[in-house]
Amino acid sequence: MHPVSLCNVGKVYRLGAVEVPALSDITLDIRRGVFTVISGPSGSGKTTLLNLIGCIDTPDQGEIRVAGRAVQSMPDDELSDFRARHIGFIFQSFNLIPVLSAYENIEYPLHLAKVGAAERRRRVQALLEAVGLESRRNNLPAQLSGGQRQRVAIARALATAPGLVLADEPTANLDSQTGAEIIALMRRMQREQDVSFVFSSHDPQVHAEADDVIFIRDGRIVGVELKREVAREVVREGALEVQGERS
Amino acid sequence: MNTWFLAWRNLLRNRRRSLTTLLAMVIGLVAILIFGGYRSNILYGTQTGFVQQTGHLQIQRKGYFLDGGDNPTAYGIAGYEGLLARLRQDPQLAPMLVIATPTLQLGGIAGNFSGGVSRSVMATGLIPEDRNRMLEWNDYGVISYAQPLPLVGAPGDAVLVGMGVARKLKLCALLESADCVPVGQPAAGEGAGVPDDVAALSALEGSARATSAENRIEMLAATARGAPNVASLNVIKASNMGIKALDDVYMAMHLAQAQRLIYGTATPQVTAILIQLRHTEQIPAARQRLAELLAESGQEGLEVLDFDTLNPTYRQTNEFMDSMFGFIALLIGVIVLFTIGNTMSTAVVERTAEIGTLRAMGLRRSGIRRLFLCEALQLGLIGAAIGVLTALAVAYAINHSGWSWTPPGYAYAYLILVRVGEDLPLLAGSVTGIIAVTLLSAWWPARRAARWVIVDALRHA
Repeated sequence: MHPVSLCNVGKVYRLGAVEVPALSDITLDIRRGVFTVISGPSGSGKTTLLNLIGCIDTPDQGEIRVAGRAVQSMPDDELSDFRARHIGFIFQSFNLIPVLSAYENIEYPLHLAKVGAAERRRRVQALLEAVGLESRRNNLPAQLSGGQRQRVAIARALATAPGLVLADEPTANLDSQTGAEIIALMRRMQREQDVSFVFSSHDPQVHAEADDVIFIRDGRIVGVELKREVAREVVREGALEVQGERS
Repeated sequence: MNTWFLAWRNLLRNRRRSLTTLLAMVIGLVAILIFGGYRSNILYGTQTGFVQQTGHLQIQRKGYFLDGGDNPTAYGIAGYEGLLARLRQDPQLAPMLVIATPTLQLGGIAGNFSGGVSRSVMATGLIPEDRNRMLEWNDYGVISYAQPLPLVGAPGDAVLVGMGVARKLKLCALLESADCVPVGQPAAGEGAGVPDDVAALSALEGSARATSAENRIEMLAATARGAPNVASLNVIKASNMGIKALDDVYMAMHLAQAQRLIYGTATPQVTAILIQLRHTEQIPAARQRLAELLAESGQEGLEVLDFDTLNPTYRQTNEFMDSMFGFIALLIGVIVLFTIGNTMSTAVVERTAEIGTLRAMGLRRSGIRRLFLCEALQLGLIGAAIGVLTALAVAYAINHSGWSWTPPGYAYAYLILVRVGEDLPLLAGSVTGIIAVTLLSAWWPARRAARWVIVDALRHA
């Protein structure tokens, strides 16, 4: 089972009486435990595709299955719970909660997933150490650099041990060196935690690290590059189904 | 960290805005509580005054209250002593009773013939000891302006009159007023119109009485059989009755004296039995029991009236103050509603991307609503706490300022007092109201935030 499958998915934006097709006839499987990049120029539909995969937007046609479940027909509350347990998000502008410290930002998704206090502490501590921000645990986002904020965002996305992490242009607001560090960190975390990462990016550094690259233009897939065959032994069976302890 | 915690952090995020909103709430709540406390003082003070004077309940003959004021003899209650004994001994009623006492209302003409003056009065025959005990009733702890009746221990012909009556009857020794012209000294311009023989007779009467009983007057009233009857009375004190209209006609005398005046040697009656209860809340229970006792006693044609009915001005004052309070509370409520609504709307707009992020991470719509309502609730609770404390401080300052005013129609000034801390329903109602307004004002922005499309919200990052 693929962590993400899209079949004939289409999305149209309506600006008054004008209909602007954002995605047309997208059929796609994201492989399990790989680093997938959706690549394309601005306005090609990368973010829209990522939003549909992330269950924060709905298609006008076709079917989307995430972790084996058809998500477009889920009621809103069920979909929210589904996202909280199965999907992590990393945003271009980091999107940390400004009133929460680094520790609390990472902890927040665990609250949503109803993970017990002891397990929350253990996981947040481990993630802070993994992203190298142990010493910054009590800092608010405003007290962190861009790179540090994105590290917190990565830790937050991985907090609930989701099967799928989506990142929309995660290095766009970072300088090249910091961007490279962030990519390296995500790559390491992806391997360590055996998570499927899906990026939208046209950053060559990201492409270089990708296992799979999906090229998109004018809302259509124009090419797929399977850069590396993923060793079967690396892939943990049922990664998407393995969730954290819940209180 | 739960929603409560996150909401608190969000409130601290923009301290100036939160403080401004709190200030609006505090000012609104203080205004409501101070006016409510003022209203409360007037209502409880008025109720206390009426209960002290007329009791909580009165047993009267049917129709006396509406039609019998000028003809009390036609509405007398015969055998009232037996009825009184029954009330006082009743095991259900007795624990509720402070006192049950008879009274006889009568009208007549009081004359000071030594001064050649007379005027109509409304007299009350009463048992002074009972009435003084009634004046002690102060269930709400208000400032009581009631003075004990000086008739206790006084001779049977002793009476008390209002200052207005004393002034009209030229009982200057009781008034200590420079405006009063004593008997035998006609006011400027007054003597010219009085015939010589009448003036001479008045002077003669005046000189004869002045040495022995300067405050002696005569009271002319109609007996139960319609014949005129006169009693010679000794005015021992003139009291300010508070309300001028009452001050000009008031007279109080011993019940026995009043009964002799009206019934002569016939069996005496009374026009009402005054019943004062320990607490106003006991009225319904006492009233029900009284109805049963009246039915059992075989007394027919009697009814039980409460102080609210007996004193229409109490109800009118109540309604007037309630309408004023309601209007002011509504006005302030609307101001607070829009102030907090504006604050919450601004917060929602500023945090659009954050809302999108929370939703993307899996927070339900209801979670977003709860977050903003929680912020409003915290604002409401803090505002209510500060508002109550501030109102208590302002109330303390007002109560110790010594400010006073003279209500319309009243003869003397009353202290301006506010009952905030003593009026728990007012406190509870106002605090609940302000919190409800706060939640209501946040409801619409919270609903709007919860309904945002996630991808649209995220575009605001």
